[in-house]
Amino acid sequence: MLHPITSNHYLVLSAAMLIIGTLGVLTRRNIVIVLMSIELILNAVNINLVTMSHHWQNLHGQVFAIFVITVAVAEAAIGLGILIALFRNKETVQADEIDLLKW
Amino acid sequence: MNQFYTPTDHFSLLPALLLALFGCAILMLDFFVLPHPRQKRWLIFFALLGEFFAGLALYRQYRFLEDQSIPALRAFSDGLIIDGFSIFFNAIFVAAAVLVAIISYRYLEVEGEHHGEFYGLILLAQCGMYFLASGTELVTIFIGIELMAVTFYILVGFLRSDRRSNEAAMKYLLLGAFSSGFLAYGFSLLYAITGSTRLPKIAAELAQRPATDPLLLLAIVTTLVGLLFKVGAAPFHMWAPDAYEGAPTPVTAYLSVASKAASVAVLVRLFLGTLAPHRINWEPMLAVAVVLSLTIGNFSALSQTNLKRLLAFSSISHAGYILLGLIAGNRTGLTGICIYLFVYTFMNTGAFLVLISLRQKGMTGDDIDDLNGLIHRSPGHALLMALFLLSLGGIPPTAGFIAKYYIFLSLVETGHYALAITAALFVAVSIYYYFRIVRAMFLNEAGQLLPALPGWGARVGFAVTALATLAIGLYPEPIIRFAGTSLLR
Repeated sequence: MLHPITSNHYLVLSAAMLIIGTLGVLTRRNIVIVLMSIELILNAVNINLVTMSHHWQNLHGQVFAIFVITVAVAEAAIGLGILIALFRNKETVQADEIDLLKW
Repeated sequence: MNQFYTPTDHFSLLPALLLALFGCAILMLDFFVLPHPRQKRWLIFFALLGEFFAGLALYRQYRFLEDQSIPALRAFSDGLIIDGFSIFFNAIFVAAAVLVAIISYRYLEVEGEHHGEFYGLILLAQCGMYFLASGTELVTIFIGIELMAVTFYILVGFLRSDRRSNEAAMKYLLLGAFSSGFLAYGFSLLYAITGSTRLPKIAAELAQRPATDPLLLLAIVTTLVGLLFKVGAAPFHMWAPDAYEGAPTPVTAYLSVASKAASVAVLVRLFLGTLAPHRINWEPMLAVAVVLSLTIGNFSALSQTNLKRLLAFSSISHAGYILLGLIAGNRTGLTGICIYLFVYTFMNTGAFLVLISLRQKGMTGDDIDDLNGLIHRSPGHALLMALFLLSLGGIPPTAGFIAKYYIFLSLVETGHYALAITAALFVAVSIYYYFRIVRAMFLNEAGQLLPALPGWGARVGFAVTALATLAIGLYPEPIIRFAGTSLLR
Protein backbone atom coordinates (compact mmCIF):
# COMPACT_ATOMS: atom_id res chain seq x y z
CA MET A 1 0.00 0.00 0.00
CA LEU A 2 1.65 3.22 -1.15
CA HIS A 3 1.02 6.51 0.57
CA PRO A 4 0.13 9.42 -1.73
CA ILE A 5 2.87 11.99 -2.23
CA THR A 6 1.87 15.28 -0.57
CA SER A 7 3.28 18.79 -0.49
CA ASN A 8 5.18 17.91 2.67
CA HIS A 9 7.30 15.35 0.82
CA TYR A 10 8.37 18.01 -1.65
CA LEU A 11 9.18 20.46 1.16
CA VAL A 12 11.42 17.82 2.78
CA LEU A 13 13.09 17.16 -0.59
CA SER A 14 13.79 20.86 -1.05
CA ALA A 15 15.11 21.21 2.51
CA ALA A 16 17.45 18.28 1.81
CA MET A 17 18.66 19.99 -1.38
CA LEU A 18 19.26 23.20 0.57
CA ILE A 19 21.42 21.30 3.08
CA ILE A 20 23.35 19.43 0.37
CA GLY A 21 23.96 22.68 -1.50
CA THR A 22 25.08 24.48 1.65
CA LEU A 23 27.49 21.67 2.52
CA GLY A 24 28.81 21.77 -1.03
CA VAL A 25 29.49 25.51 -0.86
CA LEU A 26 31.17 25.22 2.52
CA THR A 27 33.34 22.15 1.90
CA ARG A 28 34.25 21.92 -1.80
CA ARG A 29 37.39 23.67 -3.00
CA ASN A 30 36.79 23.72 -6.75
CA ILE A 31 35.03 26.93 -7.71
CA VAL A 32 33.04 25.28 -10.51
CA ILE A 33 31.60 22.78 -8.03
CA VAL A 34 30.81 25.62 -5.60
CA LEU A 35 28.86 27.32 -8.39
CA MET A 36 27.01 24.05 -9.03
CA SER A 37 26.14 23.81 -5.33
CA ILE A 38 24.67 27.31 -5.49
CA GLU A 39 22.53 26.18 -8.43
CA LEU A 40 21.35 23.30 -6.25
CA ILE A 41 20.17 25.76 -3.57
CA LEU A 42 18.29 27.81 -6.17
CA ASN A 43 16.66 24.63 -7.50
CA ALA A 44 15.56 23.78 -3.95
CA VAL A 45 13.84 27.16 -4.00
CA ASN A 46 12.16 26.31 -7.30
CA ILE A 47 10.82 23.00 -6.01
CA ASN A 48 9.38 24.81 -3.01
CA LEU A 49 7.75 27.44 -5.20
CA VAL A 50 6.21 25.07 -7.72
CA THR A 51 4.92 22.73 -5.00
CA MET A 52 3.24 25.52 -3.12
CA SER A 53 1.93 27.01 -6.34
CA HIS A 54 0.08 23.72 -6.83
CA HIS A 55 -0.98 23.63 -3.17
CA TRP A 56 -2.44 27.17 -3.18
CA GLN A 57 -3.84 26.81 -6.70
CA ASN A 58 -2.41 30.15 -7.85
CA LEU A 59 0.36 31.04 -10.29
CA HIS A 60 2.50 33.39 -8.17
CA GLY A 61 4.89 30.61 -7.25
CA GLN A 62 5.44 29.45 -10.82
CA VAL A 63 6.11 33.00 -11.98
CA PHE A 64 8.56 33.44 -9.11
CA ALA A 65 10.27 30.17 -10.15
CA ILE A 66 10.81 31.46 -13.69
CA PHE A 67 12.42 34.60 -12.28
CA VAL A 68 14.65 32.51 -10.01
CA ILE A 69 15.79 30.45 -13.02
CA THR A 70 16.60 33.66 -14.93
CA VAL A 71 18.59 35.04 -12.00
CA ALA A 72 20.46 31.73 -11.63
CA VAL A 73 21.49 31.90 -15.29
CA ALA A 74 22.69 35.50 -14.96
CA GLU A 75 24.68 34.65 -11.85
CA ALA A 76 26.27 31.59 -13.47
CA ALA A 77 27.21 33.62 -16.56
CA ILE A 78 28.88 36.35 -14.50
CA GLY A 79 30.51 33.77 -12.24
CA LEU A 80 32.07 31.86 -15.13
CA GLY A 81 33.14 35.16 -16.74
CA ILE A 82 34.97 36.22 -13.59
CA LEU A 83 36.41 32.71 -13.24
CA ILE A 84 37.86 32.93 -16.77
CA ALA A 85 39.40 36.34 -16.01
CA LEU A 86 40.87 34.88 -12.83
CA PHE A 87 42.14 31.77 -14.63
CA ARG A 88 43.91 33.90 -17.26
CA ASN A 89 45.82 35.73 -14.54
CA LYS A 90 46.32 32.91 -12.09
CA GLU A 91 45.86 29.50 -13.81
CA THR A 92 43.79 27.87 -11.07
CA VAL A 93 40.18 27.11 -10.18
CA GLN A 94 40.90 25.95 -6.63
CA ALA A 95 39.48 28.29 -4.00
CA ASP A 96 42.30 27.71 -1.52
CA GLU A 97 44.96 28.73 -4.06
CA ILE A 98 43.30 32.12 -4.47
CA ASP A 99 45.08 33.71 -1.57
CA LEU A 100 46.35 37.13 -2.59
CA LEU A 101 43.83 38.80 -0.29
CA LYS A 102 43.75 37.55 3.26
CA TRP A 103 40.75 35.17 3.19
CA MET B 1 -10.38 46.85 -13.18
CA ASN B 2 -8.37 44.98 -15.75
CA GLN B 3 -6.04 47.86 -16.47
CA PHE B 4 -2.51 46.50 -16.48
CA TYR B 5 -0.46 49.67 -16.55
CA THR B 6 -2.22 52.65 -15.04
CA PRO B 7 -0.85 56.21 -14.88
CA THR B 8 -0.24 55.64 -11.15
CA ASP B 9 1.90 52.64 -11.99
CA HIS B 10 3.88 54.68 -14.48
CA PHE B 11 4.33 57.54 -12.01
CA SER B 12 5.66 55.23 -9.32
CA LEU B 13 7.96 53.37 -11.71
CA LEU B 14 9.35 56.40 -13.56
CA PRO B 15 12.67 56.87 -11.67
CA ALA B 16 13.58 53.22 -12.16
CA LEU B 17 12.56 53.36 -15.82
CA LEU B 18 14.76 56.40 -16.39
CA LEU B 19 17.72 54.78 -14.64
CA ALA B 20 17.36 51.58 -16.68
CA LEU B 21 16.93 53.58 -19.90
CA PHE B 22 20.00 55.74 -19.34
CA GLY B 23 22.01 52.78 -18.06
CA CYS B 24 21.32 50.71 -21.18
CA ALA B 25 21.76 53.77 -23.42
CA ILE B 26 25.23 54.33 -21.99
CA LEU B 27 26.16 50.71 -22.76
CA MET B 28 25.00 51.21 -26.36
CA LEU B 29 26.58 54.65 -26.80
CA ASP B 30 29.87 53.37 -25.45
CA PHE B 31 29.88 50.59 -28.01
CA PHE B 32 28.50 52.23 -31.15
CA VAL B 33 28.73 56.03 -30.95
CA LEU B 34 31.68 56.89 -28.70
CA PRO B 35 34.15 54.00 -29.06
CA HIS B 36 37.27 56.18 -28.86
CA PRO B 37 38.96 56.31 -25.42
CA ARG B 38 39.10 60.11 -25.53
CA GLN B 39 35.33 60.29 -25.95
CA LYS B 40 34.57 58.43 -22.71
CA ARG B 41 34.28 61.69 -20.78
CA TRP B 42 30.96 62.39 -22.49
CA LEU B 43 29.49 59.27 -20.96
CA ILE B 44 29.91 60.65 -17.45
CA PHE B 45 27.81 63.69 -18.43
CA PHE B 46 25.22 61.32 -19.83
CA ALA B 47 25.18 59.39 -16.55
CA LEU B 48 24.75 62.63 -14.59
CA LEU B 49 21.91 63.60 -16.94
CA GLY B 50 20.21 60.29 -16.13
CA GLU B 51 20.66 60.93 -12.42
CA PHE B 52 19.21 64.42 -12.88
CA PHE B 53 16.05 63.11 -14.55
CA ALA B 54 15.67 60.31 -12.01
CA GLY B 55 16.08 62.84 -9.21
CA LEU B 56 13.47 65.06 -10.84
CA ALA B 57 11.02 62.15 -11.04
CA LEU B 58 11.66 61.41 -7.36
CA TYR B 59 11.10 65.05 -6.47
CA ARG B 60 7.77 64.97 -8.31
CA GLN B 61 6.77 61.92 -6.26
CA TYR B 62 7.73 63.80 -3.10
CA ARG B 63 5.70 66.88 -4.14
CA PHE B 64 2.74 64.66 -5.03
CA LEU B 65 2.67 63.06 -1.58
CA GLU B 66 3.01 66.48 0.06
CA ASP B 67 0.32 68.15 -2.06
CA GLN B 68 -2.21 65.37 -1.65
CA SER B 69 -1.10 64.93 1.98
CA ILE B 70 -1.41 61.16 1.70
CA PRO B 71 1.10 58.92 3.50
CA ALA B 72 1.68 56.49 0.65
CA LEU B 73 0.87 55.73 -2.95
CA ARG B 74 0.44 52.08 -3.88
CA ALA B 75 0.89 50.84 -7.44
CA PHE B 76 0.89 47.56 -9.39
CA SER B 77 -1.78 46.18 -7.02
CA ASP B 78 0.47 46.36 -3.94
CA GLY B 79 3.66 45.53 -5.82
CA LEU B 80 5.28 48.94 -5.33
CA ILE B 81 4.79 51.60 -2.68
CA ILE B 82 5.83 55.24 -2.86
CA ASP B 83 6.09 56.70 0.61
CA GLY B 84 8.43 59.02 2.47
CA PHE B 85 10.62 56.07 3.40
CA SER B 86 11.22 55.00 -0.21
CA ILE B 87 11.83 58.58 -1.32
CA PHE B 88 14.33 59.17 1.49
CA PHE B 89 16.32 56.05 0.62
CA ASN B 90 16.22 56.82 -3.08
CA ALA B 91 17.61 60.28 -2.31
CA ILE B 92 20.53 58.52 -0.59
CA PHE B 93 21.09 56.33 -3.68
CA VAL B 94 21.04 59.32 -6.04
CA ALA B 95 23.55 61.18 -3.85
CA ALA B 96 25.84 58.14 -3.66
CA ALA B 97 25.65 57.39 -7.40
CA VAL B 98 26.38 61.02 -8.40
CA LEU B 99 29.34 61.21 -6.01
CA VAL B 100 30.74 57.89 -7.25
CA ALA B 101 30.31 58.88 -10.91
CA ILE B 102 32.23 62.13 -10.54
CA ILE B 103 35.06 60.67 -8.47
CA SER B 104 35.64 57.62 -10.69
CA TYR B 105 36.80 59.47 -13.79
CA ARG B 106 40.39 60.15 -12.80
CA TYR B 107 40.73 56.86 -10.89
CA LEU B 108 39.84 54.82 -13.98
CA GLU B 109 42.26 56.90 -16.06
CA VAL B 110 45.10 56.15 -13.63
CA GLU B 111 44.23 52.44 -13.60
CA GLY B 112 44.11 52.38 -17.41
CA GLU B 113 40.71 50.64 -17.37
CA HIS B 114 38.48 53.44 -18.59
CA HIS B 115 35.48 51.69 -20.12
CA GLY B 116 32.12 53.31 -20.57
CA GLU B 117 30.25 50.34 -19.08
CA PHE B 118 31.28 51.55 -15.66
CA TYR B 119 28.81 54.44 -15.66
CA GLY B 120 26.06 52.31 -17.17
CA LEU B 121 26.51 49.68 -14.47
CA ILE B 122 26.36 52.31 -11.72
CA LEU B 123 22.95 53.41 -13.02
CA LEU B 124 21.69 49.85 -13.41
CA ALA B 125 22.73 48.98 -9.85
CA GLN B 126 20.81 52.02 -8.66
CA CYS B 127 17.78 50.80 -10.63
CA GLY B 128 17.92 47.59 -8.56
CA MET B 129 18.17 49.62 -5.37
CA TYR B 130 15.04 51.54 -6.34
CA PHE B 131 13.04 48.31 -6.17
CA LEU B 132 14.57 47.47 -2.81
CA ALA B 133 13.46 50.78 -1.31
CA SER B 134 9.95 50.74 -2.75
CA GLY B 135 9.13 47.11 -3.56
CA THR B 136 6.43 45.47 -1.45
CA GLU B 137 6.31 42.20 -3.28
CA LEU B 138 8.69 39.28 -2.87
CA VAL B 139 9.53 38.76 -6.56
CA THR B 140 10.13 42.50 -7.04
CA ILE B 141 12.43 42.64 -4.02
CA PHE B 142 14.30 39.51 -5.12
CA ILE B 143 14.85 40.82 -8.66
CA GLY B 144 15.92 44.20 -7.26
CA ILE B 145 18.47 42.65 -4.92
CA GLU B 146 19.83 40.45 -7.72
CA LEU B 147 20.06 43.32 -10.22
CA MET B 148 22.05 45.25 -7.64
CA ALA B 149 24.23 42.28 -6.66
CA VAL B 150 25.02 41.09 -10.21
CA THR B 151 26.09 44.58 -11.33
CA PHE B 152 28.25 44.88 -8.21
CA TYR B 153 30.00 41.57 -9.02
CA ILE B 154 31.03 43.08 -12.35
CA LEU B 155 32.00 46.43 -10.83
CA VAL B 156 34.15 44.79 -8.13
CA GLY B 157 36.03 42.84 -10.80
CA PHE B 158 36.28 45.83 -13.11
CA LEU B 159 40.10 45.95 -13.11
CA ARG B 160 40.35 42.90 -15.34
CA SER B 161 44.13 42.59 -15.42
CA ASP B 162 44.51 43.11 -11.67
CA ARG B 163 44.58 39.77 -9.85
CA ARG B 164 43.39 41.31 -6.59
CA SER B 165 40.30 42.68 -8.32
CA ASN B 166 39.59 39.27 -9.94
CA GLU B 167 39.93 37.56 -6.59
CA ALA B 168 37.72 40.05 -4.82
CA ALA B 169 35.01 39.64 -7.47
CA MET B 170 35.19 35.84 -7.29
CA LYS B 171 34.88 35.75 -3.50
CA TYR B 172 32.12 38.35 -3.51
CA LEU B 173 30.23 36.44 -6.19
CA LEU B 174 30.47 33.04 -4.48
CA LEU B 175 29.33 34.33 -1.09
CA GLY B 176 26.82 36.78 -2.59
CA ALA B 177 25.16 34.10 -4.74
CA PHE B 178 25.14 31.75 -1.76
CA SER B 179 23.35 34.36 0.36
CA SER B 180 20.90 35.10 -2.49
CA GLY B 181 20.05 31.41 -2.46
CA PHE B 182 19.22 31.59 1.24
CA LEU B 183 17.17 34.75 0.75
CA ALA B 184 15.21 33.14 -2.10
CA TYR B 185 14.62 30.08 0.07
CA GLY B 186 13.26 32.29 2.84
CA PHE B 187 10.99 34.08 0.36
CA SER B 188 9.75 30.75 -1.03
CA LEU B 189 8.85 29.65 2.51
CA LEU B 190 7.00 32.90 3.15
CA TYR B 191 5.02 32.15 0.00
CA ALA B 192 4.53 28.56 1.14
CA ILE B 193 3.06 29.70 4.45
CA THR B 194 0.79 32.46 3.16
CA GLY B 195 0.08 31.66 -0.50
CA SER B 196 0.83 35.21 -1.57
CA THR B 197 3.89 37.18 -2.62
CA ARG B 198 2.56 40.62 -1.66
CA LEU B 199 3.77 41.94 1.68
CA PRO B 200 0.44 43.40 2.95
CA LYS B 201 -1.31 40.07 2.35
CA ILE B 202 1.60 38.14 3.88
CA ALA B 203 1.52 40.39 6.96
CA ALA B 204 -2.22 39.79 7.40
CA GLU B 205 -1.76 36.01 7.14
CA LEU B 206 1.30 35.84 9.40
CA ALA B 207 -0.39 37.84 12.17
CA GLN B 208 -2.69 34.84 12.74
CA ARG B 209 0.14 32.32 12.88
CA PRO B 210 1.57 31.04 16.19
CA ALA B 211 5.14 32.18 16.84
CA THR B 212 6.29 28.59 17.32
CA ASP B 213 5.46 27.46 13.77
CA PRO B 214 8.69 25.70 12.63
CA LEU B 215 8.19 26.58 8.97
CA LEU B 216 7.82 30.25 9.88
CA LEU B 217 10.92 30.08 12.07
CA LEU B 218 12.91 28.57 9.19
CA ALA B 219 11.60 31.30 6.86
CA ILE B 220 12.69 34.04 9.28
CA VAL B 221 16.14 32.50 9.80
CA THR B 222 16.93 32.06 6.10
CA THR B 223 15.61 35.51 5.14
CA LEU B 224 17.59 37.14 7.94
CA VAL B 225 20.78 35.27 7.00
CA GLY B 226 20.42 36.33 3.36
CA LEU B 227 19.87 39.98 4.22
CA LEU B 228 22.59 40.17 6.89
CA PHE B 229 25.03 38.92 4.24
CA LYS B 230 24.04 41.80 1.98
CA VAL B 231 24.27 44.36 4.80
CA GLY B 232 27.72 43.03 5.69
CA ALA B 233 26.95 42.26 9.32
CA ALA B 234 28.82 39.60 11.29
CA PRO B 235 28.82 36.57 11.33
CA PHE B 236 28.18 36.87 7.56
CA HIS B 237 30.80 39.54 6.90
CA MET B 238 33.61 37.39 5.44
CA TRP B 239 33.25 38.79 1.94
CA ALA B 240 33.43 42.44 2.98
CA PRO B 241 37.16 42.98 3.73
CA ASP B 242 38.27 41.08 0.60
CA ALA B 243 35.75 42.68 -1.72
CA TYR B 244 36.48 46.16 -0.34
CA GLU B 245 40.24 45.77 -0.67
CA GLY B 246 40.30 44.30 -4.17
CA ALA B 247 37.58 46.44 -5.75
CA PRO B 248 38.35 49.75 -7.50
CA THR B 249 38.12 52.37 -4.73
CA PRO B 250 35.08 54.26 -6.13
CA VAL B 251 33.23 50.94 -6.29
CA THR B 252 34.25 50.23 -2.69
CA ALA B 253 32.68 53.54 -1.70
CA TYR B 254 29.50 52.76 -3.64
CA LEU B 255 29.34 49.23 -2.23
CA SER B 256 29.80 50.39 1.34
CA VAL B 257 27.15 53.12 1.31
CA ALA B 258 24.49 52.47 -1.34
CA SER B 259 24.34 48.67 -1.29
CA LYS B 260 24.26 48.69 2.52
CA ALA B 261 21.49 51.31 2.60
CA ALA B 262 19.39 49.36 0.07
CA SER B 263 19.67 46.13 2.05
CA VAL B 264 18.79 47.93 5.27
CA ALA B 265 15.69 49.34 3.54
CA VAL B 266 14.53 45.77 2.80
CA LEU B 267 15.32 44.68 6.36
CA VAL B 268 13.23 47.55 7.75
CA ARG B 269 10.29 46.89 5.44
CA LEU B 270 10.26 43.17 6.09
CA PHE B 271 11.08 43.00 9.78
CA LEU B 272 9.43 46.14 11.13
CA GLY B 273 6.49 45.83 8.74
CA THR B 274 5.59 42.32 7.67
CA LEU B 275 7.28 40.27 10.39
CA ALA B 276 6.67 42.74 13.25
CA PRO B 277 4.18 40.43 15.05
CA HIS B 278 6.92 37.79 15.28
CA ARG B 279 9.50 40.09 16.86
CA ILE B 280 10.01 37.55 19.64
CA ASN B 281 11.54 35.21 17.04
CA TRP B 282 13.89 37.55 15.26
CA GLU B 283 14.95 40.05 17.89
CA PRO B 284 17.39 37.69 19.72
CA MET B 285 19.01 36.63 16.42
CA LEU B 286 19.41 40.24 15.36
CA ALA B 287 20.85 41.17 18.75
CA VAL B 288 23.48 38.41 18.42
CA ALA B 289 24.37 39.65 14.92
CA VAL B 290 24.70 43.22 16.23
CA VAL B 291 26.99 42.32 19.13
CA LEU B 292 29.13 40.13 16.84
CA SER B 293 29.33 42.90 14.22
CA LEU B 294 30.44 45.44 16.80
CA THR B 295 32.99 43.06 18.32
CA ILE B 296 34.48 41.62 15.12
CA GLY B 297 34.32 44.90 13.20
CA ASN B 298 36.01 47.01 15.84
CA PHE B 299 38.59 44.54 17.12
CA SER B 300 39.67 43.38 13.64
CA ALA B 301 40.03 46.98 12.51
CA LEU B 302 42.59 47.57 15.27
CA SER B 303 45.22 45.38 13.62
CA GLN B 304 44.76 46.35 9.95
CA THR B 305 47.55 47.99 7.98
CA ASN B 306 45.60 48.43 4.74
CA LEU B 307 43.25 51.42 4.87
CA LYS B 308 40.59 49.88 2.64
CA ARG B 309 40.49 46.78 4.84
CA LEU B 310 40.35 48.99 7.93
CA LEU B 311 37.40 50.92 6.50
CA ALA B 312 35.78 47.57 5.58
CA PHE B 313 35.92 46.41 9.19
CA SER B 314 34.74 49.82 10.35
CA SER B 315 31.80 49.49 7.93
CA ILE B 316 30.95 46.11 9.52
CA SER B 317 30.77 47.84 12.90
CA HIS B 318 28.67 50.66 11.39
CA ALA B 319 26.27 47.98 10.13
CA GLY B 320 26.02 46.90 13.76
CA TYR B 321 25.08 50.42 14.90
CA ILE B 322 22.48 50.74 12.13
CA LEU B 323 20.88 47.41 13.06
CA LEU B 324 20.62 48.62 16.67
CA GLY B 325 17.98 51.05 15.42
CA LEU B 326 16.08 48.06 14.01
CA ILE B 327 16.19 46.32 17.39
CA ALA B 328 14.82 49.42 19.12
CA GLY B 329 12.21 49.54 16.35
CA ASN B 330 10.40 52.66 17.55
CA ARG B 331 10.04 55.99 15.73
CA THR B 332 13.31 57.36 17.07
CA GLY B 333 15.08 54.18 16.00
CA LEU B 334 13.78 54.50 12.46
CA THR B 335 14.76 58.17 12.33
CA GLY B 336 18.16 57.08 13.60
CA ILE B 337 18.55 54.48 10.83
CA CYS B 338 17.58 57.02 8.16
CA ILE B 339 19.91 59.75 9.47
CA TYR B 340 22.75 57.28 10.03
CA LEU B 341 22.61 55.99 6.45
CA PHE B 342 22.31 59.50 5.03
CA VAL B 343 25.27 60.80 7.02
CA TYR B 344 27.29 57.63 6.41
CA THR B 345 26.92 58.14 2.65
CA PHE B 346 28.81 61.42 2.82
CA MET B 347 31.43 60.71 5.48
CA ASN B 348 32.41 57.28 4.15
CA THR B 349 32.50 58.39 0.51
CA GLY B 350 34.63 61.34 1.64
CA ALA B 351 37.13 59.07 3.39
CA PHE B 352 37.43 56.87 0.27
CA LEU B 353 37.76 60.00 -1.86
CA VAL B 354 40.92 60.92 0.05
CA LEU B 355 42.33 57.48 -0.82
CA ILE B 356 41.30 57.97 -4.47
CA SER B 357 43.08 61.30 -4.78
CA LEU B 358 46.25 59.76 -3.33
CA ARG B 359 46.21 57.03 -6.00
CA GLN B 360 48.60 57.77 -8.83
CA LYS B 361 50.98 55.88 -11.07
CA GLY B 362 53.38 53.83 -8.97
CA MET B 363 51.62 54.43 -5.66
CA THR B 364 48.47 52.78 -4.37
CA GLY B 365 47.82 55.03 -1.37
CA ASP B 366 46.04 52.13 0.34
CA ASP B 367 48.35 51.57 3.30
CA ILE B 368 48.37 53.58 6.50
CA ASP B 369 52.08 54.21 5.87
CA ASP B 370 51.18 55.94 2.61
CA LEU B 371 49.48 58.64 4.68
CA ASN B 372 52.63 59.36 6.73
CA GLY B 373 53.15 63.10 7.02
CA LEU B 374 50.25 63.89 4.71
CA ILE B 375 49.83 67.22 6.52
CA HIS B 376 53.17 68.36 5.02
CA ARG B 377 52.52 67.00 1.54
CA SER B 378 48.87 68.01 1.04
CA PRO B 379 47.46 69.75 4.13
CA GLY B 380 43.97 70.09 2.68
CA HIS B 381 43.59 66.35 2.17
CA ALA B 382 44.92 65.63 5.67
CA LEU B 383 42.42 68.01 7.30
CA LEU B 384 39.52 66.61 5.26
CA MET B 385 40.50 63.04 6.15
CA ALA B 386 40.63 64.03 9.82
CA LEU B 387 37.14 65.53 9.54
CA PHE B 388 35.71 62.35 7.96
CA LEU B 389 37.41 60.12 10.53
CA LEU B 390 36.07 62.24 13.41
CA SER B 391 32.63 61.91 11.92
CA LEU B 392 33.00 58.13 11.47
CA GLY B 393 34.05 57.93 15.11
CA GLY B 394 30.95 59.90 16.11
CA ILE B 395 32.60 62.93 17.72
CA PRO B 396 30.66 66.24 17.89
CA PRO B 397 30.27 68.66 16.12
CA THR B 398 30.33 66.34 13.08
CA ALA B 399 27.35 64.62 11.51
CA GLY B 400 28.38 61.18 12.77
CA PHE B 401 27.56 62.30 16.30
CA ILE B 402 23.94 63.16 15.42
CA ALA B 403 23.51 59.76 13.79
CA LYS B 404 24.88 57.83 16.78
CA TYR B 405 22.94 60.04 19.20
CA TYR B 406 19.59 59.04 17.67
CA ILE B 407 20.48 55.35 17.68
CA PHE B 408 21.48 55.44 21.36
CA LEU B 409 18.43 57.53 22.26
CA SER B 410 16.12 54.95 20.67
CA LEU B 411 17.82 52.15 22.62
CA VAL B 412 17.38 53.98 25.91
CA GLU B 413 13.76 54.79 25.08
CA THR B 414 12.95 51.13 24.52
CA GLY B 415 14.89 49.96 27.57
CA HIS B 416 17.75 48.10 25.80
CA TYR B 417 20.30 49.37 28.33
CA ALA B 418 22.78 46.49 28.02
CA LEU B 419 23.01 46.90 24.23
CA ALA B 420 23.35 50.67 24.58
CA ILE B 421 26.26 50.33 27.02
CA THR B 422 28.00 47.70 24.85
CA ALA B 423 27.68 49.88 21.77
CA ALA B 424 28.95 52.95 23.62
CA LEU B 425 32.04 51.05 24.79
CA PHE B 426 32.80 50.03 21.22
CA VAL B 427 32.70 53.69 20.14
CA ALA B 428 35.76 54.16 22.36
CA VAL B 429 37.53 51.25 20.60
CA SER B 430 36.71 52.70 17.19
CA ILE B 431 38.10 56.11 18.13
CA TYR B 432 41.43 54.41 18.86
CA TYR B 433 41.89 53.07 15.33
CA TYR B 434 40.55 56.18 13.62
CA PHE B 435 43.10 58.23 15.55
CA ARG B 436 45.86 55.86 14.53
CA ILE B 437 45.31 57.15 10.99
CA VAL B 438 45.15 60.77 12.18
CA ARG B 439 48.42 60.30 14.06
CA ALA B 440 50.11 58.87 10.96
CA MET B 441 48.98 61.89 8.93
CA PHE B 442 49.95 64.57 11.45
CA LEU B 443 52.86 63.25 13.51
CA ASN B 444 54.80 60.72 11.39
CA GLU B 445 57.70 61.77 9.18
CA ALA B 446 56.84 62.23 5.54
CA GLY B 447 58.55 59.72 3.26
CA GLN B 448 59.49 60.10 -0.39
CA LEU B 449 55.85 59.97 -1.44
CA LEU B 450 54.20 62.41 -3.81
CA PRO B 451 51.45 64.89 -2.88
CA ALA B 452 47.89 64.23 -3.98
CA LEU B 453 46.86 65.34 -7.46
CA PRO B 454 43.92 67.74 -7.67
CA GLY B 455 41.13 67.25 -10.17
CA TRP B 456 37.70 68.75 -10.75
CA GLY B 457 35.88 65.57 -9.78
CA ALA B 458 37.74 65.33 -6.49
CA ARG B 459 37.15 69.05 -5.77
CA VAL B 460 33.40 68.77 -6.26
CA GLY B 461 33.32 65.51 -4.32
CA PHE B 462 35.26 66.97 -1.40
CA ALA B 463 33.10 70.10 -1.35
CA VAL B 464 29.87 68.10 -1.18
CA THR B 465 30.99 65.45 1.31
CA ALA B 466 32.80 67.84 3.67
CA LEU B 467 29.98 70.39 3.59
CA ALA B 468 27.37 67.72 4.31
CA THR B 469 29.43 66.19 7.13
CA LEU B 470 29.91 69.56 8.82
CA ALA B 471 26.54 71.13 8.04
CA ILE B 472 24.46 68.19 9.30
CA GLY B 473 26.59 68.13 12.44
CA LEU B 474 26.12 71.82 13.17
CA TYR B 475 22.55 72.29 12.01
CA PRO B 476 20.76 68.93 11.91
CA GLU B 477 17.13 70.19 12.03
CA PRO B 478 16.29 70.00 8.28
CA ILE B 479 17.60 66.48 7.87
CA ILE B 480 15.88 65.33 11.08
CA ARG B 481 12.61 66.76 9.80
CA PHE B 482 13.18 65.15 6.38
CA ALA B 483 13.88 61.79 8.03
CA GLY B 484 10.85 62.30 10.27
CA THR B 485 8.45 62.87 7.38
CA SER B 486 9.89 59.76 5.78
CA LEU B 487 8.28 57.68 8.52
CA LEU B 488 4.66 58.43 7.66
CA ARG B 489 3.31 54.95 7.37
